Amino acid sequence: MKNPITGLNKIFESRIRLGVMSVLMVNEEVNFNDLKQMLEVTDGNLATHLVNLEENGFIKVHKGFKGKKTNTTYTITKTGEKAFTDHITALESMIKGVR
Amino acid sequence: MIEQNQQSASLQELRDIKRMMERGRRFMSLSGWRGVAAGVCGLIGAWIANGILNHYYVYGSWGTNGYFSKPEFHQLKFKLLVLAVIVFIAAFTLSFLFTWQKARKQHIPLWNMTSRKLFWNMIIPLGTGALFIIAMLRYNDWSYVAPASLVFYGLALVNASKYTFTDVKYLGYGQIILGLVNMLYIGKGLYFWAAGFGVLHIIYGAIMWWKYERN
Repeated sequence: MKNPITGLNKIFESRIRLGVMSVLMVNEEVNFNDLKQMLEVTDGNLATHLVNLEENGFIKVHKGFKGKKTNTTYTITKTGEKAFTDHITALESMIKGVR
Repeated sequence: MIEQNQQSASLQELRDIKRMMERGRRFMSLSGWRGVAAGVCGLIGAWIANGILNHYYVYGSWGTNGYFSKPEFHQLKFKLLVLAVIVFIAAFTLSFLFTWQKARKQHIPLWNMTSRKLFWNMIIPLGTGALFIIAMLRYNDWSYVAPASLVFYGLALVNASKYTFTDVKYLGYGQIILGLVNMLYIGKGLYFWAAGFGVLHIIYGAIMWWKYERN
C-alpha cells in the first residue's frame, strides 16, 4: 500500500479519495450528496472511490433512511485517520527534504 | 531536479488537502460588504428610533398624574417594534444578496453542508435570545432589550465563528463586551445598540473586505 521510498499512500494518489478523506477528517458524519457537492464529482465516480476506501477499511458506511429516501452516510475509521495523518507527515517530510 | 519536482508536488498536494479540509469545515462565502450593509442599516435604524423617541418626549401629552398617556405609549412601542422588524429585514436581505453573489463567484452552492452548520449554530443562540427578549417585553421590561440583544448576538457570533471566518469571533467579543457594559448604563441602550449593530459591523465589514476581497 505504501511506497517504501516516500512513505506516501498509494490509495491517496486519487484526488477524489484524498478529498473524501479531507472532508471526513473535519466532519463527524457526511452523507453522499454533501460529499458529491463538496468535491464536485459525478455519482458513479464518487461511488467507485467510496467502495475502494471502504474496502481498505478507511471509511465506514452507514445506511439509513430519511423518510422514505435512503440516506447513506460515511464516517472515517481509526485506520483511515492514521493513514491520512501518516500521508500528511510523509508529504511534510518530503518538503523538508528529510527521508 | 526530480527531487525538486517532487517537493513542489508535495507542497501543492498539502495545500490542496488544507483547502479541502477548510472547505469541508467552514463556509467562506460571507462578504465583507455584508457587514458594512448591516451596519449602515443598524445606524439608520438607530437614528430613526432616536427621532421617534425625541418626538415622543417633546410632544407627548402628559397625563394628569404626570405620566405620559397610555395610548401614546402603546403607539410608541408599536412604532419601535415595526422599525426593528424593518431594519432586521433590510439588513438580512442585503446580507443575503452579498453572500449569494460571493458564493456564485466562488461556484459554491449557497445552501450546502457548511452553510447549514453555520446557520444552525447561529440560529440557536440567536433564536433563544429573541424569545428571551420577547418574554421580557411581555412583562413590559424594556430596559434590558438593548444589552440582551447585544449579548445574545455576540454569543451567536462566537459560536458561529467555528464554521466560517474565525475573524467573526472578534466581532462577537465586541458585541458581548458592549452588551455587558450597557448593563451598567441602562437607559443608554440606543447608543450601545448603534455602536454594536452599526459601528462594529461597519468596522468589521471593512476589515474583512480589506483582508480577503481587496483584489
